[in-house]
Amino acid sequence: MSTESTESAETAETAARAANAAQAESAIQVSRPRARLIEARHVVKSFGQTPALRGASIAAASGEILAVMGPSGSGKSTLLHCLAGIFPPDSGEVWFDGRRLDELSETERTKLRRTAFGFVFQFGQLVPELSAADNIALPLLLGRTGRRQAYRKAASWLDRLGLADKAANRSGELSGGESQRVAIARALVTRPKVLFADEPTGSLDSLTGEKVMDMLVGIAREEGATVILVTHDARVAAYADREAMVRDGLVTSPSDAPVAP
Amino acid sequence: MSVPLTLLGLLEREPSHGYDLKREYDIFFGRGKPLPFGQVYATLGRLARDGKAVAGDSEPGSGPDRKRYTITGLGTTEVEAWLTEPVEPEPHLQTLLFTKVVLSIMLGRSAEHYLDTQRAAHLGRMRELTELKRSGSTADALLADHGLFHLEADLRWIDVTSARLSALADMVRAA
Repeated sequence: MSTESTESAETAETAARAANAAQAESAIQVSRPRARLIEARHVVKSFGQTPALRGASIAAASGEILAVMGPSGSGKSTLLHCLAGIFPPDSGEVWFDGRRLDELSETERTKLRRTAFGFVFQFGQLVPELSAADNIALPLLLGRTGRRQAYRKAASWLDRLGLADKAANRSGELSGGESQRVAIARALVTRPKVLFADEPTGSLDSLTGEKVMDMLVGIAREEGATVILVTHDARVAAYADREAMVRDGLVTSPSDAPVAP
Repeated sequence: MSVPLTLLGLLEREPSHGYDLKREYDIFFGRGKPLPFGQVYATLGRLARDGKAVAGDSEPGSGPDRKRYTITGLGTTEVEAWLTEPVEPEPHLQTLLFTKVVLSIMLGRSAEHYLDTQRAAHLGRMRELTELKRSGSTADALLADHGLFHLEADLRWIDVTSARLSALADMVRAA
């Protein structure tokens, strides 16, 4: 495929995603039930004798930003890991895009995580030996995208996040906020359907955290990505479309009216 | 603070004289600001006039009014609705939130459910302010921040209270 046709295809894809995002926004405004993209049904998960989830159920629609809140140790991060296929549940079901994720093999789940999911954690978890551009290009290279195209996309993301002059900087040479922005770019560069963010501003000061959340939410909406946002911080949760409370391994207030499966 | 609804809530627990109602109110909700007798009897009179409570015959004894008041079905319905609905989120709500939590415990209703409802209302308002902050001017953002910080403080109080409900219930039942 030529560079021109690749760009043309990307432009069309971007337009389609923008339309999807607008559609998702419209759906929020009229509170119309939307189809579930990702869902946990009665998920149970223990670590040894310690129960972490005791039948948790939660669902998020396409393009929705869902905050998962709860006190420390309530099970909210475990729920995120089960939804993302990182932890297999002891019982219960996890659905993604019409498929039973918990029934997939480890290899299939790994592939899904690489292609359909993106991750941002409290600490950016950038590879310290690599530059910002390398870190963003990495998921594309692992997914067998050509080196030239991967770095072109990385440069485009750095530009979009106001980090064009930091492309060659290693993570140790970036501020906390810059590192999280690079982590967001790395998570979204493959254009995942779901972005999992676990306390994405937990290591940042209040103002920097707000800038990161502004960016994360703004870009996720432009891309039409669903976001599962785990946080104990109400100010961070307020960026989401709605919230679900996890308490003692159960989702106790999902504010989640049943929607068509 | 809604004195009429709080007195109605205390009446739902058991029929009482004005004096006993005042004493209970002061113990739980007065906090250094006791309810004047005059306000108690005036409020009870209005509740009786509006059909939310009925006054019994005067009983022998000292004091300005020895009538025993009993809540009516209308009064109970009003208390039920009041305890269930979240308070409109605004700064400095703690006293009213506290009253609803304590009365819910006294009346055997779910204080936890109320706190969850209130948390959802607060988060809903925080979402509105966050959107204002993202789309508005710097002045809008600063004003929104003022509201967000106050709502956040309320939410922290809601979380702490949720975690201490059983201790509060023990205290209320022992009083």
